Amino acid sequence: MPSQSDTPTGWRPRHGVYWLIIMPALAMLVLLYLVPLADVLVTSVTDPKPGLDNFLLLFTSTSVQKTLLTTLRIAALTTFVALLLGYVVAYAMRAANSSQQRLMLFCVLLPFWISVLVRSFAWIALLSSRGPVNAGLMAWGLIDEPLPLVRNETGVLIGMVHVMLPYAVLTLYANMRGIDVRLVAAARSLGASRFQAFRMVFLPLTRPGLIGAGTLVFILSLGFYVTPALLGGGKVLMIAEYVAVQINDTLRWGLGTMLATTLMLSVLAALWALSRVLDVKRLFGA
Amino acid sequence: MLSPVPEPLVRFANVRKSYDGTVDAVSALNLEVARSEFLTLLGPSGSGKTTTLTMLAGFERPTEGRIFVDGEDVTDVPVEKRGIGMVFQNYALFPNMTVAENIAFPLRVRGVSRGEMNSKVMRALSMVRLDGFGDRRPQQLSGGQQQRVAVARALVFEPRLILLDEPLGALDRQLREQMQYELKHLHQRLDVTMVYVTHDQVEAMTMSDRVAVFSTGALRQVDEPRRLYEAPASLFVARFLGESNALPATVRQHDGGSCAAALATGETVTAVMPVRCAPGSAVHLVVRPEKILLGKAAQASPNRFAARIAEVTFLGDQTRLRLVAFGADDFIVKLANTAGQETFAPGTEIDIGWQAEDCRALAE
Ligand SMILES: Nc1ncnc2c1ncn2[C@@H]1O[C@H](COP(=O)(O)OP(=O)(O)OP(=O)(O)O)[C@@H](O)[C@H]1O
Ligand SMILES: [Mg+2]
Repeated sequence: MPSQSDTPTGWRPRHGVYWLIIMPALAMLVLLYLVPLADVLVTSVTDPKPGLDNFLLLFTSTSVQKTLLTTLRIAALTTFVALLLGYVVAYAMRAANSSQQRLMLFCVLLPFWISVLVRSFAWIALLSSRGPVNAGLMAWGLIDEPLPLVRNETGVLIGMVHVMLPYAVLTLYANMRGIDVRLVAAARSLGASRFQAFRMVFLPLTRPGLIGAGTLVFILSLGFYVTPALLGGGKVLMIAEYVAVQINDTLRWGLGTMLATTLMLSVLAALWALSRVLDVKRLFGA
Repeated sequence: MLSPVPEPLVRFANVRKSYDGTVDAVSALNLEVARSEFLTLLGPSGSGKTTTLTMLAGFERPTEGRIFVDGEDVTDVPVEKRGIGMVFQNYALFPNMTVAENIAFPLRVRGVSRGEMNSKVMRALSMVRLDGFGDRRPQQLSGGQQQRVAVARALVFEPRLILLDEPLGALDRQLREQMQYELKHLHQRLDVTMVYVTHDQVEAMTMSDRVAVFSTGALRQVDEPRRLYEAPASLFVARFLGESNALPATVRQHDGGSCAAALATGETVTAVMPVRCAPGSAVHLVVRPEKILLGKAAQASPNRFAARIAEVTFLGDQTRLRLVAFGADDFIVKLANTAGQETFAPGTEIDIGWQAEDCRALAE
């Protein structure tokens, strides 16, 4: 075709240019992320000898099982508490006027800018037996002995909920903002009390938000390392720390990578299950 | 304004509502709704129709005044205790429930037994001609069908009063007309009281027993559609309902219900004066375009003037003439398309006139 030469055939070269531009980022991703990840997967079935022996430990080793159970329990509790508190905050944000909303959003996002490390030490200081929380409670005469709030599971839970709360609030708030307030008004006009309108109309409509926020918080909680290590006082061993110990101290690479792989596969499975019930993209506002 | 029956179902007594404390969204409202009546609140955008309705429903509290339903002061009764059904403009169907569950909602919150609930829902569904749609989700219905579900949901608990806020606003013309008919039919069959909001005057005329016309928060007139059209009490109402020719004039003298007024161009006109105005005050003389007599017919009328035809538009059922008269060029005449109707050509000089009772002297 004669006309082809005079059409502005920028298509091919320009396409190539795009590839060139994203190349460095892509190369970094492959080299620093995908390759090590593949290495982890391979190591989990080859070290110390090829086979699924490492994965068998999931069913035989009590220490592995105990760590997994602790991890699941703490992640579940964190999710529950974060959802409960997050729901209240998101609900209040939705009801507030726009200047209050901005202020609340700022407060919710504030912890994001403070390192988890700093926050953990701050919690230790606050919650220790001579910290301001216990001191205050004793001064008021509410308790006689300091409560064991830190260096145990309670401390881990408090710290983790604090970190997870913004995720829960933001996801729930995004969902709640999409709910037509007139539906609640309609329910009231049809004879529902405030509570009935909430329970029968509003709450069911926030189900996608609850599932989404719940999954997000649960998945993120599974991999927590710094917070349980510091606030648990060495007594609360979650899977991430267990993996670190295997790799750094006992040098059992096979076991460590197996647990990492298990964690990753569980997360992927959870996401897949979630995508079956929900439109994940819409949930996160994409 | 005459009150329709001795004991009205709804009574607004001196109700005022201000959202921000400076501007009144509704002011000095005194309005009664009779039992079994279909009353329409009509008015331009922002005139306070929705505000009036939401105060009656219980979503907003009047800044001043009281609202009575069935003789009981409901001003401080919460929404859910008022027993008033409401249909919203956007339908407000619950997306997490099926059609049947939506309709059952008001019964469920009232603790109605399952058996009774089912039979009532079935009856409501067939009342709005949606038998067999009970298991669908609202999102799976067309706009008109969703509208009908909303109506069924407001009817099912047999409220003493149903409020509808521009319920047909989102529908296309044809569906609108069909739904107007269906709603009116339901109203007659169920003998229920309905208060309806619209800014469409044709819709108001079609459906209502009486129409309440609002402008900028004030109730201007409440009357039967026909009287509202034939006997508007103000220039606003005359202009808002149908077309009018309005000629500025000054009152010269009045006696009883009529007056003589002088036009700016000097002619004196005799007109009906529903609201008494002192001699010397400015009024508008309002004549409907279809009441104008032309040519020979005009010569016999008491009010007779010279005019020239500027434009002729044939509209099928009627012909519209635009005339140059009284120093302006926007005098409108409508002629019904009847047998033997004369035809007119632009540029023709012609006599126009009207009967004294067809002309009303109205203040702003
Ligand atoms: N929630 C509110 N807060 C503040 N002002 C309001 C509120 N609702 C209505 N208004 C004001 O009150 C006045 C009357 O409003 P309303 O909604 O009653 O009008 P309307 O007759 O229903 O108009 P439309 O035909 O546009 O629906 C308007 O000036 C409006 O701006
Ligand atoms: Mg309105």
